[in-house]
Amino acid sequence: MHKQTLAELSRALSSGAISSVALTEHFLARIQKYDPLLNSLITTTAEQALSQAKMADERRKQGKATALTGIPIVHKDLFCTQGVRTSCASKMLDNFISPYESTVTQKLADAGMVMLGKTNMDEFAMGSTSETSFYGPTKNPWDLEHVPGGSSGGSAAAVAARLAPIATGSDTGGSIRQPASLCGITGLKPTYGRISRFGMIAFASSLDQGGPMAQTAEDAALLLEGMAGFDPKDSTSADLPVPRYSDTLNHDLKGLRIGLPREFFAEGLDAGVASLIQAAVKELEKLGASVKEVTLPSTSLAVPAYYVIAPAEASSNLSRFDGVRFGYRCAQPKDLEDLYKRSRGEGFGAEVKRRIMIGTYALSAGYYDAYYLQAQKVRRLIRQDYDNAFHEVDVLIGPTTPSTGFRLGESARDPLAMYLSDIYTIGVNLAGLPAMSLPAGFINGLPVGLQLIGPHFSEAKLLNIGHQYQTVTDWHRQQPAQFA
Amino acid sequence: MSPAQTSTLTPEQVRKIAHLARLGISDDQLGEYAQRLGGVLDLVAKLQDAPVGDLAPMAHPLDATQRLRADAVTETNQRKALQNVAPETEDGLYLVPKVIE
Amino acid sequence: MEWETVIGLEVHVQLSTRSKIFSGSDTTFGAEPNTQASLIDLGMPGTLPVLNAEAITKAVRFGLGIQAEIGHTSVFDRKNYFYPDLPKGYQISQFSRPIVGKGSLEISLEDGRKKTIGITRAHLEEDAGKSLHEDFRGMTGIDLNRAGTPLLEIVSEPEIRSAEEAVAYLKTLHSIIRYLDISDGNMAEGSMRCDVNISLRPRGQEAFGTRAEIKNVNSFRFVEKAIQHEMERQADLLESGGKVVQETRLYDANKNETRSMRSKEEANDYRYFPDPDLLPVVLTSEFIEQVRATLPELPTQKIQRFQAEYGLSEYDARILAASRDLADYFESVTEHSGAGPKVSANWVSGDLLGALNKADLDIKQSPISALQLAALLKRIHDNTISGKIAKQIFEILWAEGGEVDAIIEAKGLKQETDTGAIEAIVDQIIQGNPDQVAQYLAADENKRKKLIGFFVGQIMKASKGKANPQIVNDLLGAKLGG
Repeated sequence: MHKQTLAELSRALSSGAISSVALTEHFLARIQKYDPLLNSLITTTAEQALSQAKMADERRKQGKATALTGIPIVHKDLFCTQGVRTSCASKMLDNFISPYESTVTQKLADAGMVMLGKTNMDEFAMGSTSETSFYGPTKNPWDLEHVPGGSSGGSAAAVAARLAPIATGSDTGGSIRQPASLCGITGLKPTYGRISRFGMIAFASSLDQGGPMAQTAEDAALLLEGMAGFDPKDSTSADLPVPRYSDTLNHDLKGLRIGLPREFFAEGLDAGVASLIQAAVKELEKLGASVKEVTLPSTSLAVPAYYVIAPAEASSNLSRFDGVRFGYRCAQPKDLEDLYKRSRGEGFGAEVKRRIMIGTYALSAGYYDAYYLQAQKVRRLIRQDYDNAFHEVDVLIGPTTPSTGFRLGESARDPLAMYLSDIYTIGVNLAGLPAMSLPAGFINGLPVGLQLIGPHFSEAKLLNIGHQYQTVTDWHRQQPAQFA
Repeated sequence: MSPAQTSTLTPEQVRKIAHLARLGISDDQLGEYAQRLGGVLDLVAKLQDAPVGDLAPMAHPLDATQRLRADAVTETNQRKALQNVAPETEDGLYLVPKVIE
Repeated sequence: MEWETVIGLEVHVQLSTRSKIFSGSDTTFGAEPNTQASLIDLGMPGTLPVLNAEAITKAVRFGLGIQAEIGHTSVFDRKNYFYPDLPKGYQISQFSRPIVGKGSLEISLEDGRKKTIGITRAHLEEDAGKSLHEDFRGMTGIDLNRAGTPLLEIVSEPEIRSAEEAVAYLKTLHSIIRYLDISDGNMAEGSMRCDVNISLRPRGQEAFGTRAEIKNVNSFRFVEKAIQHEMERQADLLESGGKVVQETRLYDANKNETRSMRSKEEANDYRYFPDPDLLPVVLTSEFIEQVRATLPELPTQKIQRFQAEYGLSEYDARILAASRDLADYFESVTEHSGAGPKVSANWVSGDLLGALNKADLDIKQSPISALQLAALLKRIHDNTISGKIAKQIFEILWAEGGEVDAIIEAKGLKQETDTGAIEAIVDQIIQGNPDQVAQYLAADENKRKKLIGFFVGQIMKASKGKANPQIVNDLLGAKLGG
């Protein structure tokens, strides 16, 4: 059963070939067997999953099932789930049993999906390796010595190892696409505002966006239909109708104009990755697309702008973790200042503290204009680059990451190298664009991802291209042998 | 003061930032934080030369404007459920070490 | 040295919305602790603010009421600091682009002088919770019911020069926010709170001295006392060669002194930046005009109209226009009594306000309605009763209520206008007091005027106050001759 995509499982459920309970039991058994190797889940919710599965089967009998009803899923552990620990992979929230539900998980539960558990991640989504988790690092199912990427590394590893057919993730600077690339799955970061952020614990509010992490573009389309939509509880959510993404997957690609950003193929890109991306572009040309080179001149400014804006917002967003109303509180605080400093000092990990300090510094008196305001101007520059490119082409294509990623422990020695490895993904968040990573081959047994970037609200187009690409390739069908 | 020249932070600066952010950092960690934060400041120093001209700062990725909510009471008392996750409460109040004004 | 006091006021007004500024929580005052603190008010992880339309409308009403510029685009910023009554570790406020820009307020002083005080800006923000300092095993309790209540912070220019001007400014502001119906203005419940920035400079010097900020002074009287105390403290300090420290001070009403707030001593670095959870608020000209169309007549306009339309003195007009409810009451009495605006004004500002003040009631709580008072004045006007009897009926209305004509009927208070009947009483009194009649006839013009009062008093007594005084006077004059 785990070799099937969500779309296939959905058909099997509706034909009556399998039940949701059987499917759920199967994946719970796989989690029990394999997750000790991967550490992709922080919390498994077996009991709740089985009861949701029973309800889903019941609902199907009543003829009220949708494509998502009865399908198991795992959620990144920053989506608040009522009655279930929501930790953000932090000691700070190790004891936090959320009294409320995020809009995304609520919508998916309402559609009848079955939550198997909550996935591991970098603490508060700050990282690109899933190593900064309070619960220990997640491993890459393709090579247990490698990181799965991050911050949604647990979701990516779980889907790649087929411990769940599909997962949710969130992307602030590449946190869906980069782990999708490194784990050989399909991950979509939607347009900012496409999906509600209510109940999704914030890292950087103007950059964060939830999204699907799936085996295929088709599955991503089906999950996105369930996740997306206007939410009156999120002022930044877009009040636009949600297209039926799964209806347009088979549109042909004749006349599609693809742009290859020159800066994405410059120095720093692994030669093996470059040739796999070129090969993928060839496939798309065969499907009728035309290709031209374009330029995003401010590419090298994206990482610097991001490392001012994201920490600045984070430093403020994470102030609410003060040991007063929820979360970790230090033992025996001697006064108020001690309560704050020790609760936060002990509750947050080192990378989170570093980013809070960078952000605090960038916003502080005397530095605001030079750092924060300047970064916001650069942000506009970057968005203009993309706007200009989309006057010439329909979609941009390049690598998701410069290489196949880090070995475990490597990034801790050189965190700046880790920051710089997000060079192809970060601009998209600054500009609020949708982008998707698709499996495009392997180097030494490790997956390589192809990134598609489109204009605002062009998810349907990206999914259409992804699906067409996946009808002529089978990289997305590969599974790590150890988890067969 | 040009930020490019402040890339190296002194331990004293780190202590000040940590205090503003209410993060307990022990004295023997100050040096390491100073060095790591200095590295990030070097990384972002590049922003200073960016050709931004008179571009307006961009706070949001979309050019949207604030939506307004009708003035209606939609929340009910959830104190019990919400205080279940609180470290210390009494008589419905959150407790903190004595606040001196 | 002669010192000049320079005062600027920051007034926080709680807007009277049903729900909070960024959440659907109830704002009713006085609930059990934390029963009106929702997920959003508590700053629970992942929760987000959504702006209350009514808070915007009320802020715009204020801006239009003080003829201020309205920010067509305003932005919410985060003001970052740690405090237990501030759940998110930041306050959502407006820093660089407030919703209300420059405006002004005209104040009137005791000596009749008028002065215009500039208003720098007014911005929207969320209120904080409350720290309860009762001892919980050495700890402080936090109630977040108030957190998220909409506040309009109104910042004046440093153009106020005395405690009297400060109080006049606050009273005018209070009157305007009540007129505009944007706040209940209840200072005892903290709906209107005032921070005072105060400094001294040698008279004639242009540069400002170092200022101290006095936080949260919450009654007109305390504002006056706190300013007077702080003026003296600063003058003593400066005259003894000391320096004023720029700091936040707290006014202690019990001791009538201000003292330094140690907890706020450290230099704050609020790290303001635009709140990424909220988008710019854009107001169209159409919207602003719609709000303008709903504005009531404001105190200054009303005072002018009362003078022009009713011929009242400025003093009376000012008293009657002090609140919208009082002004409406007065106009209703005038309209329904037919007794003329001056009579109405005298009764409302004299008898009625006197009784209300004595009973510590406001006009809305008056036991006598405008229609009741109008009915009473109508009966004076048509000579059914005398002014004296009217005061008697006023007392009855106040204490027992009832209908004016019914009271007149039941108690037989109708004025006697039958000349024959009055003449009988007059004759009776003249015959019964021959000594006084003799005195009267012997007296000169001046003395006669005094002595006639004796006869009138006796006649009124005999008629139980019901004889028409005019007829009594006419008859007396004719009968005693002279």
